[in-house]
Amino acid sequence: MSAETRVEPQRRRFAVDLHVVGPLLALLALVVLGMSLNDQFLSAGNVTNVLARSAFIGVIAVGATFVITIGGLDLSVGSMSAFLAGVTIIVLNALIPNTGGGWGTIVIGMVACLALGLAAGFLNGILITKGRIEAFIVTLGTLGIFRSLVVWLANGGTLSLDFNLREVYRPVYYGGVAGIAWPIVVFALVAIIGEIVMRRTAYGRHCAAIGSNEQVARYSAIHVDRVRLATYMLQGLLVGVATVMYVPRLGSASSTTGILWELEAIAAVIIGGTVLKGGFGRVWGTVVGVVILSLIDNILNLTDLVSPYLNGAIQGVIIILAVVLQRGRKGA
Amino acid sequence: MTTSRPAPILEARRVTKSFGPIEVLHGVDFALRPGEVHALVGENGAGKSTLMKCLAGYQPVSGGEIALKGEPVVFADSEAAENAGVVLIHQEFNLAEQLSAEENVFLGRELKRGLFLDRNAMRAKAESLLKELATPIDTRLPVSKLSVSQKQMVEIAKALVRNARVLIMDEPTAVLTGREAEVLFAQIARLKAEGVAILYTSHKLDEIARIADEVTVLRDGSLVESAPAATMNPNRMAELMVGRELSDLFPEKLGAGDRDVVLAVRDFSVPGHVETASFELHRGEILGFAGLVGAGRTELMEGIMGLRPASGMISRNGETVRIRDPKEATRQGLAYLTEDRKGRGLLLRYGLRENLTLLGLDRFSGIFVDEKAEEEALDAAICRFDIRAGSRTMPVGNLSGGNQQKLLLAKTMLVEPEIVILDEPTRGIDIGTKQQIYAFINELAREGRSVIVISSEMTEVIGLSDRVIVMRSGRIAGEVSGADITEEAIVRRAMGLEVGERTEMAGQAVHVG
Repeated sequence: MSAETRVEPQRRRFAVDLHVVGPLLALLALVVLGMSLNDQFLSAGNVTNVLARSAFIGVIAVGATFVITIGGLDLSVGSMSAFLAGVTIIVLNALIPNTGGGWGTIVIGMVACLALGLAAGFLNGILITKGRIEAFIVTLGTLGIFRSLVVWLANGGTLSLDFNLREVYRPVYYGGVAGIAWPIVVFALVAIIGEIVMRRTAYGRHCAAIGSNEQVARYSAIHVDRVRLATYMLQGLLVGVATVMYVPRLGSASSTTGILWELEAIAAVIIGGTVLKGGFGRVWGTVVGVVILSLIDNILNLTDLVSPYLNGAIQGVIIILAVVLQRGRKGA
Repeated sequence: MTTSRPAPILEARRVTKSFGPIEVLHGVDFALRPGEVHALVGENGAGKSTLMKCLAGYQPVSGGEIALKGEPVVFADSEAAENAGVVLIHQEFNLAEQLSAEENVFLGRELKRGLFLDRNAMRAKAESLLKELATPIDTRLPVSKLSVSQKQMVEIAKALVRNARVLIMDEPTAVLTGREAEVLFAQIARLKAEGVAILYTSHKLDEIARIADEVTVLRDGSLVESAPAATMNPNRMAELMVGRELSDLFPEKLGAGDRDVVLAVRDFSVPGHVETASFELHRGEILGFAGLVGAGRTELMEGIMGLRPASGMISRNGETVRIRDPKEATRQGLAYLTEDRKGRGLLLRYGLRENLTLLGLDRFSGIFVDEKAEEEALDAAICRFDIRAGSRTMPVGNLSGGNQQKLLLAKTMLVEPEIVILDEPTRGIDIGTKQQIYAFINELAREGRSVIVISSEMTEVIGLSDRVIVMRSGRIAGEVSGADITEEAIVRRAMGLEVGERTEMAGQAVHVG
């Protein structure tokens, strides 16, 4: 190791550091902006509100981080969530005469929701791996299928959870432990486990390898298809987890449930520094991305500087900026 | 040389070419004359492609000059060369598969009427050109629907639209059937009659003897001989291509070790690449696989490793095994080092540690990957394989080719395979690193491992191997061992000039199964 070659890597490391702190700086800037615009911004109520609302997208986005890291894409998550919510509500309502209106019923409903999520992820995964169809096409297809199914199940209207059962189920969204809402606790757990899995396990390493260069992964005796399938199933399971928390919030599912969640999830992943073309994923970055998107929404609602109706436009600008910045890093 | 020959249209004068510190062409003189087919032959890596690329403006020369019609010229790029009438037809065609034949012929030189494309004129011209080339196809068909030989004719038509006076063809018949090749030869004869100068490369020496007027032989980047084809024959060409002395680049051979058969492969076929190949590998042996590029050596090994669909029987230490994927191959004690280290071997954006342990990650992970153990393994690998990197975390894409290869070797050896298959282990690396790798391969055999070395470099196969199997067109064409391993013996089998002792081989394989 010669002295002259040692200089370059250090310069590189500094550049990566800048990239790492980028999303954090953006988050900090938003917090400062929010505080200056509204003194209630950092109140416990508002913070809880922001984080709890971002929990659904957040849990889904952790899954999306893995999917994008392996070089894939899942556009179906929003529709899948609506479909799972619809089926879960039907199952719960149907169970009341048999298992009663208590927690037992709700647990069965939750398990059904998670299992169905796994199955939906399996469907995506098997079509992509065994069917050798582009992930974009497969999940665009299932996006349509799941959305259509929930509309059909609801007969074009809204599926509503039995009112009494909803009262029992409510605390899963509105309750909490030690003053922290359940969705926030679940989101935090999923994110921490996700980060550890990505960073510290052979599976996480394999995901990065496959997304980086599938051929190298194959030649390194990695079961590429198996890892892919598992990743889409993980995404399905996490959509199930998000849905389990979402059902008690409104107690209903309709054609508009989970609309555009896939876009928000993918946006959060990209803002967080995961490479869109795969090969490198960062779960904690995704968490920051989710919170950034949520804060923008919140700030627009708290102030009247910009119409909240422009939220989507601002999110769009941020996504494009994030990708431009990613490219800048690659060039550096 | 007779005085009646026309003056050269394109010349290389004392051309040298270096990539980094390595010089690959050493002062080559070469002349193409109108109305002549000039064949350029040499082993893989002899510098044929480099010379062609220098002539056609794809690469600048490092020394010497290129002259067009006697005047020194510098082509800024291949387009400048094309404008001057010098066109290179690559072995892998440069056609836009989704565009039609006529669109491809005029790509970049579209005929226009005002603002719009003059489709009718282009169609008429493309049709007449292809008809002249004895390829009467529907020019509206996308190129993807054409056969390989038809694509080649589209390439030639494309060159003619560019008014090519010099046509450089890189192994045009490598992908053609015998009948298709005949069509090509007829067209070459026609172009020749029209005064086009043709540079032609091929590994099929008999075909060169047939169509070439002049033959130039390159070896290790130097011109060995340039003579009228009439004075050459395939055997003489093969002799000239090889025939160099071995230095002490290679460690002393150990002799074939014992006769335990650790791997027997019988009637092994890889659809489209290998047909009914059978061979055996002994403990502590270095078995060379020689043959031309495309002879099916890589595909055979990838089939054995479960990387390609294949059929046939494999037995390990006398027991029949089924290897469906690389994981099972690893479990059976086999490891394969790919010839494509950038595309299939290493994750170029990742650091040394992640790359080193990717194949053997099981060894470093329970629930979690033990990064400390990985770092220790990297320490050991850096030491054992003499890997020189500016930093352990630098992307391995920034390492030199030699250090990448050493890292790839370290990665492959981390699973402690009993059978190591090395595919072109020294391709594109400098002589010093080559020597290190040769010493290492020798050491593996001394440890009692069995090594298969696929190499297109004759000296390497000869210098390393206890036994050499020669493949030709997807089949095993012969075997030589011990003192019989000579360059000529191998080249003759690889070129199909001599039929090998197949019967003995087959007999052994049956005995083992």
